[in-house]
Amino acid sequence: MPMTMTEKILAAHAGRDRVSPGDLIEAKVDVALANDVTAPLAIKVFDEIGVGKVFDADRVVLVADHFVPNKDIASAQQVKLVREFAVRQGLTNYFEGGASGIEHVILPEKGLVLPGQLIIGADSHTCTYGALGAFSTGVGSTDLGAVMATGEIWLKVPSTILLRYEGSLRPHVGGKDLILHTIGLLGVEGALYCAMEFSGSVIGRLPMHQRFTMSNMAIEAGGKNGIIEPDETTLGYVAGRTSARFEIFKSDPDADYERVIDIDVSGIEPQVAFPHLPSNVRPVSQAGNVPIDQVVIGSCTNGRLEDLRDAARVLKGRKASPGLRLIVMPGSPLIYRMAMQEGILETFLEAGAVIGPPCCGPCLGGHMGILASGERAVATTNRNFIGRMGHPESEVYLANPLVAAASAVLGRIGGPDEL
Amino acid sequence: MEKMRVEGRIWKFGDDVDTDVIIPARYLNVSAEAELAKNCFADIRPDFATDVAAGDILVAGKNFGCGSSREHAPLAIKAAGIRVIIAESFARIFYRNAFNIGLPLLESVEASQGLSDGERAAVDLAAGMIEGAGDIFPARPIPDFMAQLIAAGGLVEYVRKVKVGR
Repeated sequence: MPMTMTEKILAAHAGRDRVSPGDLIEAKVDVALANDVTAPLAIKVFDEIGVGKVFDADRVVLVADHFVPNKDIASAQQVKLVREFAVRQGLTNYFEGGASGIEHVILPEKGLVLPGQLIIGADSHTCTYGALGAFSTGVGSTDLGAVMATGEIWLKVPSTILLRYEGSLRPHVGGKDLILHTIGLLGVEGALYCAMEFSGSVIGRLPMHQRFTMSNMAIEAGGKNGIIEPDETTLGYVAGRTSARFEIFKSDPDADYERVIDIDVSGIEPQVAFPHLPSNVRPVSQAGNVPIDQVVIGSCTNGRLEDLRDAARVLKGRKASPGLRLIVMPGSPLIYRMAMQEGILETFLEAGAVIGPPCCGPCLGGHMGILASGERAVATTNRNFIGRMGHPESEVYLANPLVAAASAVLGRIGGPDEL
Repeated sequence: MEKMRVEGRIWKFGDDVDTDVIIPARYLNVSAEAELAKNCFADIRPDFATDVAAGDILVAGKNFGCGSSREHAPLAIKAAGIRVIIAESFARIFYRNAFNIGLPLLESVEASQGLSDGERAAVDLAAGMIEGAGDIFPARPIPDFMAQLIAAGGLVEYVRKVKVGR
């Protein structure tokens, strides 16, 4: 019986030979993740369950990244609670302060998530690790609390939508544009409850950071996970980051898919998602004259070193438009350091940017770049819902790092070609 | 276990209501339910938190609860007094979260389209029947496993009894 790679990973973790879409399974979890917003509730649930110790102190990962450096007293209390729990439980992987960065950037970077694993995180963008060929999905705090206690989770096996990308990418087009285009095609609920499997020769040629961007935003189409078959690029990325063994799962050629969607990328321009849904996409050439007040480059979607290099290439020798606030937030301390060594941070400073610490910051309207009423931002982040980055009457436009950087220079939405 | 019959005022919302508008992130620095309830829908419907009464019913369109995994969203709605949410469909993480904390959800395209804001409705959770606007609307049956979760009193109790106690 042929299976998709999502089905194979779920079957392997449920101790079964095979599973089919719709099956309810109890699966073993390799990594359980929570952050400073979701962990406090999960810890409360864990304590209520009353098992005392987490299922595996090496496999429960807690990252303080949302409201850090602590933005107010209430946030500081939450982080304190998480820190004390991590110490009490002897967790190997608790990250805070200079050791911390954006969870979905640092876990792959540190080799804590690997191909073939089953990863459950109390954060919707946990689907990011699908880029490594893992089954990885987001849950709420109660589910995560139960996982911390038992090391298991109940899951309904999703049916899979296969997305095949063929053709040649145009200049300035990458993973962010492919996923925005896909979300525009499917709608924000087009993949509800489904696995999304990204494949085709275009994906095979995509570098790892752009694959992370694509899997990261599977949730924006309602997807349960967004998975990519491991290949040489994946193995090259993982090499040197771990000594742990891992397994490669690949979809059978005759596996059953709920839908197969073929996408010719040759006509896709850089995409911009207009307010207030990630599916509300337009090619950048059709953005019109939209003046902007702020540009944010960073986040779990586009805060990796290569993203910063892209932005720096555009900003080199240029200045952000007068009055525009350019905010750059490297995704991890390592990325921060490498960007510094490569002179990228210098380029940003010369362009007039504020460089923030590795954290979620303004992406979810937490801190470090909140919008006032009537203000507009172009961001390399993942969501542009009402009030996402601040005032309910502010607006967020989602784009790739090249477009974001070009927009910062132009003072309005535009692509690098316009410079 | 939740009361199986609910009767109250309808609060009607549209499609793709995301968890950022249910509870904006700036209020996520606390997890106390009463605090969350005060700020529920603060940005798009400020009268909700002040006027909602215990037993009220939330009705929405497609993909309710999309976006962030924050469990603070169903917690805020539940603590505000809503006893059941009826929608055409729910986002996946929100669906799990709501059942896990004992907030039942019903899927009914007919009820979602037929019920209006400010009217009253009655819901029989066990039978999945919704009465309102002079009509009776059937809901999709709650999946067996979710019904077990509710019967156990939520995921915490389920895990305690079934997993830890075994």
